[in-house]
Amino acid sequence: MPARPEPLLDELYRELILDHYKNPRHRGSLPAADVTAEGYNPVCGDEVTMQLDFDGDRLADLAIVGRGCSISQASGSMMSELVAGKSIGEIRRLSDEFKQMLTDDGAPVPKDLGDLEALQGVAKFAVRVKCATLAWHTLEDGIQQLERGGGSVAREEA
Amino acid sequence: MTYDVDVIRRDFPILERNVHGKPLVYLDNAATTQKPRSVIDRLVHYYEHENANIHRGLHTLAEEATAAYEASRLKVGEFINAEHPGQEIIFTRNTTESINLVANAWGRKNLKPGDEIVFSAMEHHSNLIPWQLIALATGARLRFIELDESGHLRRDDALAKIGERTKIVAITQMSNVLGTINPVKELAQLAHRAGAVVLVDGAQSVPHMPVDVRDIDCDFLAFSAHKMLGPTGVGVLYGKRDLLEVMDPFLGGGEMIKRVTFESSTYADLPHKFEAGTPNIADVIAFAPAIDYLQALGMDAVREHERDLTQYAIDALERVEGVTVYGPKDATERGGAVTFNYGDLHPHDLSQVLDAEGVAIRAGHHCAQPLMRELGVVATARASFYVYNRTDEVDALIDALGAADRIFGNASTARAAAR
Ligand SMILES: Cc1ncc(COP(=O)(O)O)c(C=O)c1O
Repeated sequence: MPARPEPLLDELYRELILDHYKNPRHRGSLPAADVTAEGYNPVCGDEVTMQLDFDGDRLADLAIVGRGCSISQASGSMMSELVAGKSIGEIRRLSDEFKQMLTDDGAPVPKDLGDLEALQGVAKFAVRVKCATLAWHTLEDGIQQLERGGGSVAREEA
Repeated sequence: MTYDVDVIRRDFPILERNVHGKPLVYLDNAATTQKPRSVIDRLVHYYEHENANIHRGLHTLAEEATAAYEASRLKVGEFINAEHPGQEIIFTRNTTESINLVANAWGRKNLKPGDEIVFSAMEHHSNLIPWQLIALATGARLRFIELDESGHLRRDDALAKIGERTKIVAITQMSNVLGTINPVKELAQLAHRAGAVVLVDGAQSVPHMPVDVRDIDCDFLAFSAHKMLGPTGVGVLYGKRDLLEVMDPFLGGGEMIKRVTFESSTYADLPHKFEAGTPNIADVIAFAPAIDYLQALGMDAVREHERDLTQYAIDALERVEGVTVYGPKDATERGGAVTFNYGDLHPHDLSQVLDAEGVAIRAGHHCAQPLMRELGVVATARASFYVYNRTDEVDALIDALGAADRIFGNASTARAAAR
């Protein structure tokens, strides 16, 4: 048996992804958060719950907890590093960019996605794309909820 | 005849292929099985030499195709020991459609508010959703028999739930998640004593062990050809003749009628009353060599082979640190669907790594979400065996778990401990 997995698999499970999976960033809770957003994918059982603290239209801080596959959890962790401190407009732009990267295998990789660029390989594994986008969809819901006056929001991926 | 897996394997062309440069280790047989050369050849032969619509034409091809189609029906009926194979075997698309047929054609006529439909906590969605729908339509109530710690139906609960109000008991004979073999014969006795009818979901049992409908004394039995070496697109519904005769049709259309006016029709005799429209002729015909294949091996031998392999797999998996196996641990009480988890590793990650090693397993909720909740998990991995699997394939599975461990390290166990 080979000591190393196939290159194909290496593309999916990059070191950076495994690092985020094993040591998730921004893990925990923010008791005074403006918004709590939960995302759940009943097909895989992936879950993320994030608390979002805004300062005007800037995401001042966030905390995430979750359970699920490495891709879903690593994506949430990477996202948390990228979006902390950014404006809502900027977050929405990055979210679109990220989703574009995952659905268009041939497109050039954007340069401003930070560690999330490591998830580019997911585009080759169609069934895993939903895992990678769960945290982002949940964050978008959270932002909408802020615009509705804050509180809690939950989503179930179809 | 001795059971020689190496000889059997030569009959399955697909087992020669590689996946990601590794020999295919196919352990997803509970989802669908591979097909022997004889089944594949039969399909080709049909389309090259016999193709015609059945029960309609008065030409040679139509007559030949009709004869082959009806011969399959008789073979299927004899395989499960139906008393009237020519009338009691109805071809559908799959187990799911067979159960929907009963839920609608029997259920609409026989269920009313206050009546109870009893199933178990280990049903596949196929034997759950049709009953939920018919309960909504008729006002009948759903009740389910609970499981004990070891993954068996609780006998006391079966006794408590099956009673005067029970109109139908719909139970799987072999769980596609836990592997548990249920005492359907005893449940049928209970049900009949209460005046209820019994439907057995045989999707996992009929392919893997001898099943005799007269011995069980079930009223209906549903199963799928594709899980027993046969083609996709063919399901079977066995029903006792007396019951089928008084049921209304499920689907209306051609083939299922005798006389039609604009206002009304009279229906064809059994089994055609339940086979509206052009059926899946080619696949029904190619189902026959699949049954021939199983009969040549002998269903007792098939069961024995899988029982030994299943025990080997359960023992090997339980020796791996961090692995949890669900369901009965004694292979004499269960079939060859072995569901497990590996530490905190999500089954989708596990299955992806195994795939890179050529090992095909299933990961997810196995169409049994209520059971997953009972087990306290959202998803599991499942290895399931069939006539052509060998112990060295179980070894390959165990080795591949090592590959997963190398990638994810002890992250899984460490994370679990940190929570
Ligand atoms: C126990 C059980 N019942 C029903 C089914 C449904 O079978 P099909 O998809 O062929 O309708 C399956 C298989 O998926 C099964 O394992």
